[in-house]
Amino acid sequence: MQDAPTPRRHTPRHFNLAARLLHWVMAIAILAMLFIGVTMMSSLALRPVLIDLHQPLGVAILCLALVRLANRLCRPVPALPASIPRWQAAAAHLSHGLLYLLMLGLPLLGWAVRSAGNWPVILMGDWRLPALVPENPVLYAWLRLAHGTLAWLLFAIILGHLGAALMHAWVLRDGVFSSMARGNSTAPTQPESGSRPTS
Amino acid sequence: MPVLAIASIVAALALSLVWAAGLLGGRTTTRTFLGDSLDHFEPGYRRAHGKGICFAGVFRSSKAAATLSTARVFAQDQVPAIGRFSIGTADPHAADTSTTTVSMALLLSADDQSQWRMKLNNAPYFPTRDAEGFLAQRRAFEPDPATGQPDPARVAAFFEKYPEARKAVEYKATAPGPSSFAQAQYNVINAFILLAADGKRQPVRWFMRPHAPFHGVSAQDRARLGHDFLFDEIKQRVAQAPVYWDLVLQLAQAGDPVDDPSQPWPSERQQVVAGTLEVTGVRDQAEGGCRDINFDPTLVPPGIALSNDPVLAARAGIYSHSYNARLREIAFGKATDAIGKKDDQ
Repeated sequence: MQDAPTPRRHTPRHFNLAARLLHWVMAIAILAMLFIGVTMMSSLALRPVLIDLHQPLGVAILCLALVRLANRLCRPVPALPASIPRWQAAAAHLSHGLLYLLMLGLPLLGWAVRSAGNWPVILMGDWRLPALVPENPVLYAWLRLAHGTLAWLLFAIILGHLGAALMHAWVLRDGVFSSMARGNSTAPTQPESGSRPTS
Repeated sequence: MPVLAIASIVAALALSLVWAAGLLGGRTTTRTFLGDSLDHFEPGYRRAHGKGICFAGVFRSSKAAATLSTARVFAQDQVPAIGRFSIGTADPHAADTSTTTVSMALLLSADDQSQWRMKLNNAPYFPTRDAEGFLAQRRAFEPDPATGQPDPARVAAFFEKYPEARKAVEYKATAPGPSSFAQAQYNVINAFILLAADGKRQPVRWFMRPHAPFHGVSAQDRARLGHDFLFDEIKQRVAQAPVYWDLVLQLAQAGDPVDDPSQPWPSERQQVVAGTLEVTGVRDQAEGGCRDINFDPTLVPPGIALSNDPVLAARAGIYSHSYNARLREIAFGKATDAIGKKDDQ
């Protein structure tokens, strides 16, 4: 089948394997991170455990987000179907941009919060990260406020993203969901099981 | 109806996070302990133990604890120390006679960049076995608006649920208050675990044992003391000579209650003097360098681990809310007195 290149090579119908893997791993990690973050501010019992988890997980998300950004910029991505209204496409692009910004920004902010408050950023045991910003209480307060507020913004965008994705999967069935859920079939002639073209 | 299913999934996820954050459901969270003081308090001040004074000094290790824990503070000759003395009343302008509770907070910064933060009290143990007990005690002893006295029925119900609290309440009613910050013994109350190089784990509590002999003040004598007698005294004392405490580690034996802060260990348990704290200077808390430190007792260096004491874990979250609230007030320019600016009246 390799000898029959199609124009689809440049606009694939599916995200590549790296993108899909990163998407689903990070989806779990980021949701877990949001729950860890709010629970460590509310729980009577779990804060020490959760804050030890929050820091290495945040750094892991930052690293994965960088790899994901590189993959997103260097690899072709599927185009949205023509059936999608212009405003929805714009909202999708805007929310995806914000998701990238927050995936990268929130861990960096968290790291800076710890630094400004003179708290060590502990990955594991005595493996620490250097301070990102100088110790400063005013800086701490603003960064901490931004970290908390933007985390809720991230959650709101994730809810919208999830709702839209499920609409594509269950109502519109236009291949948008499967572009992130499944890979390209190896043989272009072989129909994709379960996928239904827009009718 | 797929649309309905989607809406339910999104709503369920949204509500779970709101619930986890403690914004829904009215359960007890770390915020509950601070009540409305998070939003209504003199700006910039700590929500508990608001009246304090910063101190600076040095911790000199005796090296005696170096075999028990790999923490750098136990091996390093001299570790810079910054801390805070405070009284137990929340109001930052309270009279020193308003309470017999005094505290020492301390941050030791070792040369391996590790930090050891602690907050110690002159009370020998926590009243209740858990943090919820603290709230229950506060509610039970709230004066009845009709009589101005706590409701005996509520107090009795509290003691039934938390019988261990009797000894702390009786102790507090009879123990003489300190006449100087320098004479008080400050106890960590919660238990921790020392981690040795050979992997041994030793449950530990520690206290700061003053070199200055204790002179208690009876309740009658306290009434005649000045509004700031403790703060005036420590300024004068430290101006003349440094003040010392031994850091004493009390080592638990098998079977001692490690995770219950209301149960002190027998006094004959082995003690190790890990070093000596020398306090060389005190300064007003507005500019003394301790103002912006959260003395979170769960920030311990490698070589020390937290126990499963539930009160220890709860303190971390409670302190964090107080710290975030007051630093926000300072950053937003709402704090005046707390940062040494005169109130414009």
